[in-house]
Amino acid sequence: MAAVTVLSAERLSISFGGVRALDGVSFDVASGIVFSIIGPNGAGKTTLFNLISGLSVPHDGHVRLCGKDVTALPPEQLARRGLSRTFQNLQIFSHLTAVENVMVGRHRHEVTGIVADLLHLPAVGRQNRRTRERAAAALARVGLEDVAEWPAGSLAYGDLKRLEIARALASEPTVLLLDEPAAGCNPVETREIEDIIRGIVDDDVTVVLVEHDMRLVMNVSDRIHVLANGRTLAEGAAAEVRMNPAVIEAYLGVRGTSEPALAVG
Amino acid sequence: MSVLALLDRFRLPQHRLVSLLPLAALILLLPLLFPSAYYYRVAALIFIFAIAGLGLNLLMGFAGQVSLGHAGFMGVGAYAVAIGPSHLGIPPLLSFVLGALLSALVAFVVGRPILRLKGHYLAVATLGFGVLLAIVFTNEANWTGGPDGMTVPRLILFHWPLRGAETWYWILAASFLVGAALALNLIDSPTGRALRAIHDSEIAARVLGVDVAEKKLMIFIVSAVYASVAGSYLALINGYITPDVSGFLRSIELVAMVVLGGMGSVVGSLVGSAVLVILPQALTLFHDYEHLVLGLIVMGVMIFLRGGIVPSVAAALRGWRP
Repeated sequence: MAAVTVLSAERLSISFGGVRALDGVSFDVASGIVFSIIGPNGAGKTTLFNLISGLSVPHDGHVRLCGKDVTALPPEQLARRGLSRTFQNLQIFSHLTAVENVMVGRHRHEVTGIVADLLHLPAVGRQNRRTRERAAAALARVGLEDVAEWPAGSLAYGDLKRLEIARALASEPTVLLLDEPAAGCNPVETREIEDIIRGIVDDDVTVVLVEHDMRLVMNVSDRIHVLANGRTLAEGAAAEVRMNPAVIEAYLGVRGTSEPALAVG
Repeated sequence: MSVLALLDRFRLPQHRLVSLLPLAALILLLPLLFPSAYYYRVAALIFIFAIAGLGLNLLMGFAGQVSLGHAGFMGVGAYAVAIGPSHLGIPPLLSFVLGALLSALVAFVVGRPILRLKGHYLAVATLGFGVLLAIVFTNEANWTGGPDGMTVPRLILFHWPLRGAETWYWILAASFLVGAALALNLIDSPTGRALRAIHDSEIAARVLGVDVAEKKLMIFIVSAVYASVAGSYLALINGYITPDVSGFLRSIELVAMVVLGGMGSVVGSLVGSAVLVILPQALTLFHDYEHLVLGLIVMGVMIFLRGGIVPSVAAALRGWRP
């Protein structure tokens, strides 16, 4: 199918103190797929996410979201244009309850005014109820409905991982960046994350995934982009990438192995 | 937040303002125990500082932004009701409102550049701002009477001059309750959630579309208006005003009230204010050692009730529940 490109990176480059963290990385993400970015530690995956989500500005290159150049836009504006993300090291609002965390995810859909909010005008109450319903639904999607009213700071690690996904989903993004959603999760939790990702794609949200768990990556990805030392090493469907000699070498440091090195994580 | 949890338990059919009912009842019944007008006056002072504390608590306890210059806004409110009627011929009540608007304007102009700063840098910048205002009030002697201060004309409401500690008690109690209700409204609104989110993770808030700079500025303005209103009341109830109202020590006192009562706790603002207004009066029997004892008590509270009085007591109560 000739799907539309929703997100593209064009020759993205950034240096930190003379070190080229990313060097001319380009790719196109088609609508409604899971696009994974993999690579050894230090390959530049999280740096790439930070550039795409506006947390840092590329020294060179462009980011396009739904055809529009969004390079160097601040994250809050990208959020309003339908880009959301989660974080490798969690960024939870720990003093808010679980459902309130997800309600903040609805922020871009809420009409706010400080005076209306202070006076709690009837419209604010109606909107609060609507937001809470939507947030509860997002929580239920990741299986956290039972802990909705708990302070987020008291939830278990695996629950927080899913809470971040629910929060990002609540903003109804076009493109969702998942930064190592399964890091630190046990096999059962990882399986749940896999199901959640499939559900997200079924709803026509495009997922860009950074993940170290190769089993998860191979299971859910439609396309895989491999980075090493800030450069593109390979890109293709899961089966192609798994057998690619350059990829195998980057991961194992040996040439000529015929084993599929990336079979398990 | 833990106080909100406590307040939650008092919630009958989950209305966010139900938590104010016990407080309102206490305010109604308290005067039965007052043996003299002096007590009305002390209570009125408590409400005044509690109003300023509410605003500062929204800024510090909820949004996580510190201000060491908030007495500056008290000064703007105080001098507005002093200068407006006596120099400009503006009626006291209108001066009161204009003072609040002026504080909002000053907060808007000052807030934009300094709220980009974080942590200690923001603290020092707000401190500088507060000191600056205090100097202005001291030096513009033609307008403010300089260090000696100036008298404040009595507030006249519909031909009814407000006088007497008892009258002020009721006015200030009502004002505090209104201020507390507005604060509780804000906390449970999109803006309030965004502010509390900013406190925990600015990055995550931004990624979800929260305009962090705008929200910080909004709450800075709101907290400035609270301080301004408190300053106006202080000037009106005393009938006299000196630059001390906006001094550095006053700013520190406001921060101490918020931290002592409990950051992020609406009731804590009142408790913190009560402690810092009553203690100095109660400790006069220590004569020269009054401030020493006051300091020790404040240190003790912070060591043993680390989250502030109200949240710590609330947590203890929760712990005792079977």
